[in-house]
Amino acid sequence: MKKLGLIVNPIAGMGGKCGLKGTDGIEILERARKLGAEPEAPDRATAALRRIVPLKDDVEIVTVSGDMGESEARALSFEPTVIYTTDHSTTTSEDTRRAAKAMAAAGVDLILFAGGDGTARDIFSAVGDGPICLGIPAGCKIHSGVYGINPRTAGELAAMYLQDKIFDTAHAEVMDIDEDAFRAGRVSAELFGYLTVPRDPVRVQGGKAGRAQKDEHALDAIAFYLMDNMEPETVYILGTGSTLFGIKQRLGVEGTLLGVDVTRGRELIGKDVTERQILDLLGPEGGDKAKIVVTVIGGQGYIFGRGNQQLSPRVIERVGRENIIVVAAKAKIAALGGKPLLVDTGSEEINEELSGYMRVVTGYSEQIAVRVAS
Amino acid sequence: MAEAEVYPYIPNSVPEVKQKMLDTIGIESVEEIYKEIPDHLRLKRRLNTPGPIRSEYALKRHCEELLEAGADCKRYIGFLGGGVYHHHVPSVVTTIMERDEFLTSYVGDAFADHGKWQAQFEYASCMAELLEMDMVNTPTYDWGMAAATAIRMAGRITGRDEALYAGSIGPERLSCMKNYAWSAVPAFTEVAFDEKTGLVDLADLKAKLSDKAAVFYFETPSFLGTIETQCAEIAKLVHDAGAQVAVGADPMSLGVLEAPGVWGADIAVGDVQPLGVPMQCGGGTGGYVATQDEPKYTGELPSLLFGVTPTIVDGEYGFGEVFFERTSYASREKAKDFLGTMAQLHGIGAGVYLSLMGPQGMVEIGEGIMQRSAYLAKELGALPGVTAPKLSGPFFQEFVVDFGGTGKTVAEINKALLERKIFGGKDLSTMCPDLGQSALYCVTEVHTKGDLDTLVGALKEIL
Amino acid sequence: MGIVKVRKNYHQARWDEPMIMEMSTPGVRGIIPPEPEAEIVDAVGDVAGALPEGTRRKSPPALPEVDQKRVLSHFLHLSQETLGSNLCADLSQGTCTMKYNPRINEDLANDPHFAYMHPWQDDETMQGILHMYWTFEQILKEVSGMDRFTLQPGGGAHAVFTAASIIRAYHRDRGELEQRDEVVTTMFSHPCDAASPHTAGFKIVTLMPKEDGYPDLDALKAVVGPHTAAVHITNPEDTGIYNPIIDQFVEVVHDAGGVCYNDQANGNVLLGIARTRDAGFDLCHFNVHKTFGTPHGGSGPGTGAMGCRDEFAKYLPYPTVEKDEKTGKYYLDYDRPESIGKIKGFLGSAGVVLRAYAWAVMMGPDGLRETAEMSALNNNYFLKMLEKVPDVYYPYAEGHRRLEEARCSWIKLTEKTGVGTDDILRRVGDFGLQHYWSSHHPWVVPEPMTLEPCETFSIEDLEEYAQVLEIIAKEAYDDPEMVKNAPHKCAVHKRAAEEELDDPDKWATTWKAYQRKHGKK
Repeated sequence: MKKLGLIVNPIAGMGGKCGLKGTDGIEILERARKLGAEPEAPDRATAALRRIVPLKDDVEIVTVSGDMGESEARALSFEPTVIYTTDHSTTTSEDTRRAAKAMAAAGVDLILFAGGDGTARDIFSAVGDGPICLGIPAGCKIHSGVYGINPRTAGELAAMYLQDKIFDTAHAEVMDIDEDAFRAGRVSAELFGYLTVPRDPVRVQGGKAGRAQKDEHALDAIAFYLMDNMEPETVYILGTGSTLFGIKQRLGVEGTLLGVDVTRGRELIGKDVTERQILDLLGPEGGDKAKIVVTVIGGQGYIFGRGNQQLSPRVIERVGRENIIVVAAKAKIAALGGKPLLVDTGSEEINEELSGYMRVVTGYSEQIAVRVAS
Repeated sequence: MAEAEVYPYIPNSVPEVKQKMLDTIGIESVEEIYKEIPDHLRLKRRLNTPGPIRSEYALKRHCEELLEAGADCKRYIGFLGGGVYHHHVPSVVTTIMERDEFLTSYVGDAFADHGKWQAQFEYASCMAELLEMDMVNTPTYDWGMAAATAIRMAGRITGRDEALYAGSIGPERLSCMKNYAWSAVPAFTEVAFDEKTGLVDLADLKAKLSDKAAVFYFETPSFLGTIETQCAEIAKLVHDAGAQVAVGADPMSLGVLEAPGVWGADIAVGDVQPLGVPMQCGGGTGGYVATQDEPKYTGELPSLLFGVTPTIVDGEYGFGEVFFERTSYASREKAKDFLGTMAQLHGIGAGVYLSLMGPQGMVEIGEGIMQRSAYLAKELGALPGVTAPKLSGPFFQEFVVDFGGTGKTVAEINKALLERKIFGGKDLSTMCPDLGQSALYCVTEVHTKGDLDTLVGALKEIL
Repeated sequence: MGIVKVRKNYHQARWDEPMIMEMSTPGVRGIIPPEPEAEIVDAVGDVAGALPEGTRRKSPPALPEVDQKRVLSHFLHLSQETLGSNLCADLSQGTCTMKYNPRINEDLANDPHFAYMHPWQDDETMQGILHMYWTFEQILKEVSGMDRFTLQPGGGAHAVFTAASIIRAYHRDRGELEQRDEVVTTMFSHPCDAASPHTAGFKIVTLMPKEDGYPDLDALKAVVGPHTAAVHITNPEDTGIYNPIIDQFVEVVHDAGGVCYNDQANGNVLLGIARTRDAGFDLCHFNVHKTFGTPHGGSGPGTGAMGCRDEFAKYLPYPTVEKDEKTGKYYLDYDRPESIGKIKGFLGSAGVVLRAYAWAVMMGPDGLRETAEMSALNNNYFLKMLEKVPDVYYPYAEGHRRLEEARCSWIKLTEKTGVGTDDILRRVGDFGLQHYWSSHHPWVVPEPMTLEPCETFSIEDLEEYAQVLEIIAKEAYDDPEMVKNAPHKCAVHKRAAEEELDDPDKWATTWKAYQRKHGKK
């Protein structure tokens, strides 16, 4: 019997239709209610859960009391186990975190949650990238990569995973934007970490179109390329994110997922370093030659200023534009659809300097030239 | 342009239809679409090309007359081989290859084009039996490209960059291999063959094998027709040096000759043209590449591989592409191959051919070819000044005839034969100058004793 | 106008056909090869039997043993389970130019005078086919403006490879090969424009389009330089968008010392309209099996006719076909010392050249132009029809017309229904139409659909295909599961174990491997 953890953030998405851009914080929620917002997340969760109904006899649902999961499950005639009870004396956010912790401790096979970026952040902060998770999109901000494209697809993916029809998992970005800034018209998405999600099997199609390249193969090719071109005396500042983590692993560098790591050649000399530490490792201007290796974070195309603030204007200036190596799977660049890569280093001058065209390494002796803008 | 021209292949060329289409789109003329092209890049005059030949009958007459004016191996007796062979093409094979369903298909998926996928799978399956290997590609352009592919595969598998090849392989294939392999396996080194027997010179092979060698490529039967009798020894020597064994083998010979998979070849290549595809002035080719079913080979085989797989209906065979993405297995992308439109139809034809022939057919045809060619060699060898076969090793289908003792050049002899409606063997005097005034004669199952005796009689007159 | 029939009651043949190997009975024969005459046997004996130990095959190959009628039926069944383009409105394999392949050209290719021709026959005996080679080359020169062509490459990707080999030789002779190791292409060019030069040893730099979908001249300027060997561009690109400043692209590359190659896979729409030489290109190719109406053969044989300016002609593969102006005779010229050598045996796919010649002379100069114009008109008419289909749109170059094809997107439908382009294309097969082609990976246009309704298709064909797409789009809303589980009326059902195809312990590309891995006998 498989165990499915179910968490519904019942208020997710309520701000969207009233133009409030999110419901993080009780005050905003009250404003949303006054503006006549109706909860949508329960319906969306039900749409996903409907895909699990055929597995009713083989799956035990472990959930939260009331409209945080229990009522949605019961509406579809599941008999869920309530692992955490909320009396609504806490915020939904706290409930989400506590419930996720309880589910992880109970060893569920999959946590299926309905919400938005805030919900994904809560889950991540509670359980890290340990248990397998999957989001049902229900919030008004969806920048994270942990969601199915719609509730139905999320449900189908969950059902396939629970039936062992797919085994593959992947790290997906948990992104969120500062809602206050967002309401003020400034978009500033941050990378908070990674959840482990079941991977949608690569759609298979015959003939000329072939199949989409799998990430690990793209990483193999990029890592081989870097390996074959690495200079033993050069200092390499390896950026954050799952692409870079994959490359660090392939280079045999014991680096970090969310941190910046530094090597000389392939030898690790600084792990999860701060800006200060990077500058110390680099030494004075005119000292050791250094290169920065970064990737594209999130769907918006940032290469600096999102999840890698350690790579500050001073670091970039010291290394020099010509020594920045951007790496990414081809599919990630293609998905930009012609939009530029973005930089937000905090220094107008450096942003300006980084603008123009850069070559992104996408394979072994394969590059894509992309415009960079700030 | 004459406004009223209506073309049978262009249904909407009828003026009324065209007008309706323009109206629907909301434009006055097609020029409104072509304004996307800047004016200075437009061609502002009528093309100067031949035609039109509007009636189908006139076209047929025109083309037939062009072709009839020459000669072919049906009207003449032909002894040309060297990579394209005159064999009987069974009617069933012609029927299947001419089906519009197969002929005009392209890259449809394994549902609406299921039959094509199964035919391709069966082709690969038949070849696998013939070769005693597990994996066979969708045919590439021809033997030369197949051999070139084998060299690159071996380069990737071994990480080495030198190809050794036997001096007795096809010269045009060698040219193709060098050009194609350049970026991955740039160094090509020839291994001598024994001038008397035509067999690979093992001492020379040993001397040239080093830790640089990615592969040794040889052919059996060789370009000169010789059957290599030391295959297992060659395989051992090459493997001991950490290199790959690639062999070129005419599938037509494999009813009688031991399969490459049995004696230890790693990669087998050759042409499917002998298996039911008409010569078509050399256009009937298709290169097979076969390996064992090990990921290190599968990962390097640059071809779509059609795998059998279950569908949602119990017991139904479905097909899909196997291991589509092959960038792993330590391969650097710098050495990857391209894929494209190659020679699939000829693979389908070869599959039908092998299904018809069966085990017995392939044994009998091979035995008969060896007997006919041995007979002709014997008869020619009895002519004064003629040495046939020039090489003493056993041969299949082709053999070198040395006319050096006749005082005549092969060119002179072939010219005289042509006057008697015979295509003599390929003149090797420019292609393989070391062999002097020699020609490569090819005899297959299509030759009757009468054909062979006619040649011998003609040569008696000429020499 | 004739009837527009949406084939709702269509069902493809489903023979549930066994494998030919399963039909085998020991001893049954399909065909008997000719026996050598007794005199021959008497004279030479058992030649094969005299082969040394280890050289003679020990046991006959385990080929199927099936009678002739059943072999024929089996493969006829398989043919019926295949949807060739001559059978349906196959306007959907965009960039493939699936035009009608005239039957008469098959008769000509099967003419025994051609079928039995050996490429090493005396030139004198091959004047007919050599005339066709030579004349077809003149036609290609006229439509492109180039000086010479080779007809030897076996397909488009092979032509691009041949060009890359020539570019390699060109830079080598100028002493710049070491330095010039990069080939530039664009994201919407054919992938072989990257893959083939890559195989030839070049590094590849791909340009992303601008946000409006047009190729980015500034990006080109930013990447070309002393390391640039060449640019390989398809134009119109696979989006059907013509690059209006193509000549400026060429100029930038020439100024940097690079060579310019135009992949004319999408050249059907330009016959008699615009010539690649006039935009400044040095080399180009046409996919003869696309533009010149020869059958695709499942995936070959084809021909990639590769043309060049005089400066590059000495590098062409040998032999070239020449005409002696004095005698009017054609001959093969093997004496080309600077040739890159052979890239394919003999003369290439002679059968394809013969058919293409026949097609081109039947069309004549006005017919070639009519071909181009009608492919543009058909495409724009079809796009008009697509306006009725919910959620379909074609991104980029707003307000500009597509020439011969368009890359559309279903993303709006996918976001709403969960039904993706790969589901829709399988469902198309249930209506007696070939599935459409999505796009090469990676997808720049999300959930793509690339359609090329070339001049061959009637107005009824165009309406039929558009109506089928409209029906499926509605089904995606009403019954998405049904669409996702398509096809339902094709020769086979949806696959059930995709992952096995990537599993070395499970995959089987031959019956031999299948028996071993799946224990089936």
